[in-house]
Amino acid sequence: MSRLVHPLEKFVRPGMETRIWCSGCSDGIVLNEFLRAIDELGLDMSKIVVVSGIGCAGRASGYINVDAFHATHGRAIPVAIGIKVAKPELNVVVISGDGDLFSIGGNHFLHAARRNVGIKVICINNFNYGMTGGQSGPTTPMGAFLTTTPYGNIENPLNLVQLAAAVGATYVARWTAFHVRRIKESMKKALTKKGFAFIEVVGICPEQYGRRHKMPRPIDMMIWLKKNSVISRELDPSKAELTPERIVVGEFVDAERPEYTELMRGQINSIIEGLEKEGKVSDVEI
Amino acid sequence: MRRDVLTGSYFTLGDIACAEGALAAGCRYFAGYPITPATEIAEHMARRMPEVGGIYIQMEDEIASIASAIGASYAGMKAMTATSGPGFSLMQENIGLAVMTEAPLVIVNVMRGGPSTGQPTRGGQQDVMQTKWGSHGDYEVIAFAPSSVQEMFDLTIEAFNCAERFRCPTFVLAEENVGHLREKLVIPEPHEIKLVERKRPKCDPKEYAPFKPDEDLIPPMAHFGEGFRFYATGLTHNERGLPRTVDPDIHAKLVRRLNEKIRRHAKEIIRVEKLYLDDADICVVAYGIVSRSAASAVRAAREMGIKAGLLKLVTVWPFPSDEVSRLSEGIKRFLVCEMNEGQIVREVERCNKCSKVSFLPKLGGEIHTPKEILSAMRAAL
Ligand SMILES: Cc1ncc(C[n+]2csc(CCOP(=O)(O)OP(=O)(O)O)c2C)c(N)n1
Ligand SMILES: [Mg+2]
Repeated sequence: MSRLVHPLEKFVRPGMETRIWCSGCSDGIVLNEFLRAIDELGLDMSKIVVVSGIGCAGRASGYINVDAFHATHGRAIPVAIGIKVAKPELNVVVISGDGDLFSIGGNHFLHAARRNVGIKVICINNFNYGMTGGQSGPTTPMGAFLTTTPYGNIENPLNLVQLAAAVGATYVARWTAFHVRRIKESMKKALTKKGFAFIEVVGICPEQYGRRHKMPRPIDMMIWLKKNSVISRELDPSKAELTPERIVVGEFVDAERPEYTELMRGQINSIIEGLEKEGKVSDVEI
Repeated sequence: MRRDVLTGSYFTLGDIACAEGALAAGCRYFAGYPITPATEIAEHMARRMPEVGGIYIQMEDEIASIASAIGASYAGMKAMTATSGPGFSLMQENIGLAVMTEAPLVIVNVMRGGPSTGQPTRGGQQDVMQTKWGSHGDYEVIAFAPSSVQEMFDLTIEAFNCAERFRCPTFVLAEENVGHLREKLVIPEPHEIKLVERKRPKCDPKEYAPFKPDEDLIPPMAHFGEGFRFYATGLTHNERGLPRTVDPDIHAKLVRRLNEKIRRHAKEIIRVEKLYLDDADICVVAYGIVSRSAASAVRAAREMGIKAGLLKLVTVWPFPSDEVSRLSEGIKRFLVCEMNEGQIVREVERCNKCSKVSFLPKLGGEIHTPKEILSAMRAAL
């Protein structure tokens, strides 16, 4: 009897421990759509690098059968920048969580977008720190109950789409784990975009978030996403509201700006050409 | 003429010599964040890197600097970052990441006075223990302590050679006093500079196990984008690079190998310089800029009929334990001189078999004068 092979199996790294994610977690959905996006674009798997930080979402890089790096908590973006700048021909993608990318690593996000380094950042926003057991984080909604907000969260959450747009990302989209096809289409766009691209996927975390908010089953959370999300058809980040009652999804930025590694290469080439023209070894005094 | 090796004689700054040493060693990626007294390295790299087709990038902080250097190293570049105390403290977690993922990397720390912001423009040797123990977990490091502008150049090259050979973060620990020292630098011809390149896999990418060591305990290193499609993680991993975080044997085996790959080669790595130690009654131990005053003091002592000698540590890590133990069998007194409250002196005490160890600290940024060392020697004898 021949073994049934999942069509995406060739994209999965052999030998990984089968499951780090809880049942009902949407990290696998995002991973799945990422693999489909690569498949549909027909990208060379040897020219993709996935970098992650620490967290449940951060385990994604391990499962994808490409060159991948699992960095320290919050530091996926600078590692990705080092790789991208050293080898601009590679498609460098960061997949990580809301806490990793926007709390401990928030500073790196804003500077990567500001520089317009052509990396792609995918954030799975589950409104909490899943891996450490459901603490509140930078995207936790006001009033939410988590292990470190036992009396309700009194901090204003970050709107990741608006932040990304404000700091200069050239492609910004938000979908929920319910919008699988659209996640994939956005990933395809991001993967072929020259500049810094950002996709937020509002994920479900029944174990840590759902069961503390009257949505203990994965299906409860999926229904919540379906009911409360609305698609915006305008490229306007100011429309990108996100509260538990109203999740505005869609594409919010699609622009072009000079990409960092191209600017850098251009500068290097003109400096070397200048030296060659003048027959000089160096213009710098030691 | 090669753009990366500017053969010639110069009168220049220690920090600049360090940057030129890196370029001559093949460094093509520098990431940093401005901080006194290491800024001149970044500024020189900003001007010079493009001339050799390399990358200079100013990151948003020192954490990003070292993290991006690890990324660049995995993409195949010889990479470096340079900082001072506060930035060095910020780097500690990712130094551990470089140890665990075996990323060749050079970290320069031009040391100033601490704790905290301390004395930005004054030198010290207060980060020596931090270099060995600053990140969590058990690990071994390699650290060079240049004492002159020439050594800033030469030992930066050595640091790259060690980083590449052993696949580990390697340190250049210079005092501000050396970083900001201006003196003669001779850059040799390219063919006179011995360079070491990281070991690369020869197997089929399908067979590649990224953390499977050879006999020498060092795994060959593939680069991202070459078709090997491998995974590197700061988590405890098996030889295939896959996370295995609860198996005690896998953890112990990995950590022991990471330590052993340096310990087993300690003899080859360790460098000391000895002056008049054969018949000495007292051995002065010093490194970096202090070794220069110590050498003067030892010469002056000899002129006065005191049988003094000097052990200069060119590498502070791994510590030359065997050498110190051996010397302590014949020499009755040791005097350790450091610009701190007592760091390497603890190592000297630990390795000392039978002699008495005295310590001469100095804080505030000034270097010990030969006179101070001489009187400490007389007091010790
Ligand atoms: C420096 C550091 N601080 C704290 C931790 C512990 N830690 C591990 S994962 C995590 C939070 C992850 O949250 P998020 O990025 O949202 O990912 P999720 O697990 O929710 O997918 C924390 C705080 C760590 N590994 N390193
Ligand atoms: Mg999270």
